[in-house]
Amino acid sequence: MLIAILLLVVSQAGGQDTLAPFAPPTNIIAKDAPWDAGNKVIITWRPSIDKDSLAYYEIWRATPPFTKYERIGIIGSTDSLYEDHAILEDTVVIHEVTPGKQYRYKLRGVTPDGRFTILSEPSNIAIPRIQAFNIYRLNVLIAFILFTALFLYSIERSKRGFKFFIRRIPGLDALDEAVGRATEMGKPVLYSSGLNPIDSISTIASMCILGEVARKIARYESRLIVPNIDPIVMTVAQEVVKEAYLSEGKPHLYREDDVFFLAAQQFPYAAGISGIMVRERPATNLFIGYFYAESLILAEAGNMSGAIQVAATDAIMQLPFFVAACDYTIIGEELYAASAYLSGRPDLVATIKTEDWFKMILLILTYLGSIIVLLTKSNLFLTIFKVTGGS
Amino acid sequence: MAISHDPWVWAAALLTLAIYSFLYKDNPFYKFAEHLYIGVSVGYFLYFIIWQQIVVPLIYDPLKVLFISPFHTKELLIIPPLILSIMMLGRISPRHAWMSRWPMAYVMGMGAGLAIPAYFQTNIFKQIEGTIISIPPATIEIVSTYYLNKLLVLIIVTCVLLFFYFSREHKGALGRITILGRWFLMLGFGAAFGYTVMARVSLLIGRLDFLLHTWLGIH
Repeated sequence: MLIAILLLVVSQAGGQDTLAPFAPPTNIIAKDAPWDAGNKVIITWRPSIDKDSLAYYEIWRATPPFTKYERIGIIGSTDSLYEDHAILEDTVVIHEVTPGKQYRYKLRGVTPDGRFTILSEPSNIAIPRIQAFNIYRLNVLIAFILFTALFLYSIERSKRGFKFFIRRIPGLDALDEAVGRATEMGKPVLYSSGLNPIDSISTIASMCILGEVARKIARYESRLIVPNIDPIVMTVAQEVVKEAYLSEGKPHLYREDDVFFLAAQQFPYAAGISGIMVRERPATNLFIGYFYAESLILAEAGNMSGAIQVAATDAIMQLPFFVAACDYTIIGEELYAASAYLSGRPDLVATIKTEDWFKMILLILTYLGSIIVLLTKSNLFLTIFKVTGGS
Repeated sequence: MAISHDPWVWAAALLTLAIYSFLYKDNPFYKFAEHLYIGVSVGYFLYFIIWQQIVVPLIYDPLKVLFISPFHTKELLIIPPLILSIMMLGRISPRHAWMSRWPMAYVMGMGAGLAIPAYFQTNIFKQIEGTIISIPPATIEIVSTYYLNKLLVLIIVTCVLLFFYFSREHKGALGRITILGRWFLMLGFGAAFGYTVMARVSLLIGRLDFLLHTWLGIH
């Protein structure tokens, strides 16, 4: 009888492992993780009474008809909670939890010398469900509502004729000088919007600045060269430049071939732009957008060609190279403020004002938070800024 | 010294030298390497990215499934993006170029929309949480250093944040704080510059090692 039980247990545990004379965890409970996209199940259990003799637990999972369990993970023998969620390996999903699917779990203990306990009793059936709202990100929603309210208020004020003050941003003032210089020299202006695709905030900001720059260039009847690394960005850039020439009443000066796709990868793109710099000899190089390791290659090649260079990026690691090799550098946030600053449109200027208000609120919260934390001797206040949990 | 007999090593070495020749001035060797590089990059992009990663798995395969079973729910989802993609091709004809504005507006709007909550989480909340002077975790041994670091972070964040305050002229007390903010920024840039230059030097060493060791066989 004993042999029969042992054989049964061994076959349940995979049939090839050595059995340990210890109890598995008990009271396995599986439940859907709340406030998520239905891709996580939380499993809890009462640790084995022999936990001190075990090294870790193995988590096994089964789907209907629950006859075959497969091992999905391991966890320390003193733990009593495991989260079953999707696992990616090099962007490939190697393990997933599907919303609406039924799951059951079993656990077994493993000793330091590699022996196994029997598998525990199965858990209840858990069905992960999709929740439309993630409570763990309520703070993001509140901040977003506050920001939007401030934003609408400042736009409304500007519509009523209130003039918001914006300080001088030297790097942006230099754009005028740079475009003027190219016109005087009868040479083109080169504009690179960086490497990011069109859904990146820096590229969107860059397209807004491109519109303003193209308008100035059209006004001065100069030439603008815009090499692109992304076909969609190229299409948007073509539209933006064409629109700018049209708004200045000079559509005949717009050359579609000057806003072109150069290369699809970082260093070929950098090599191509370097080539343009030495052959077309633009008098002005504008690097406005998000850049990576090619930043120094571009800025150095431009420097060698003797062009006046203005860079604007929020890529923190690349800013030092632009600062070192360009005549003017527009740093981080100034990039976002640029289109409003250049256009001078009251409704756009109002957005900068909103950002400033928001910065002040955040600064006050930071100081207030520090005081509260130090007075209460507790980090509880920090939880309002936490965005972890849920997915 | 044993010069390599591998033709690919020779090709790589000569192309490396052709690219480096730009340091002297623009020349036909550089032009050749540049055009080859760009051509290979575009070819790679068209085949491996556009064809293998987009056209076949995201358009051709779902359409094939839909052709066999027209009401396959998952595959039906490709229809809206497919329509937007076809509208993008409207640019080929000047008469229909207006159609491409719809997908462009969609992509830009979606990008900005998705970025806003992500920015709130990573660029605002996480940063504020890290800036607030908090009670040190039990693992911290020297508490005074922890508080000093936290205070320093708070001061630096304040100065730098005020540097990016656009609604007031940087004069008086604000001007002095923002000058400090600019100094902190430059200190940060200096550190980042040094760090990255070190990484670039290691790339140069790698290339020189290839030329001297792999190609020319100098040990």
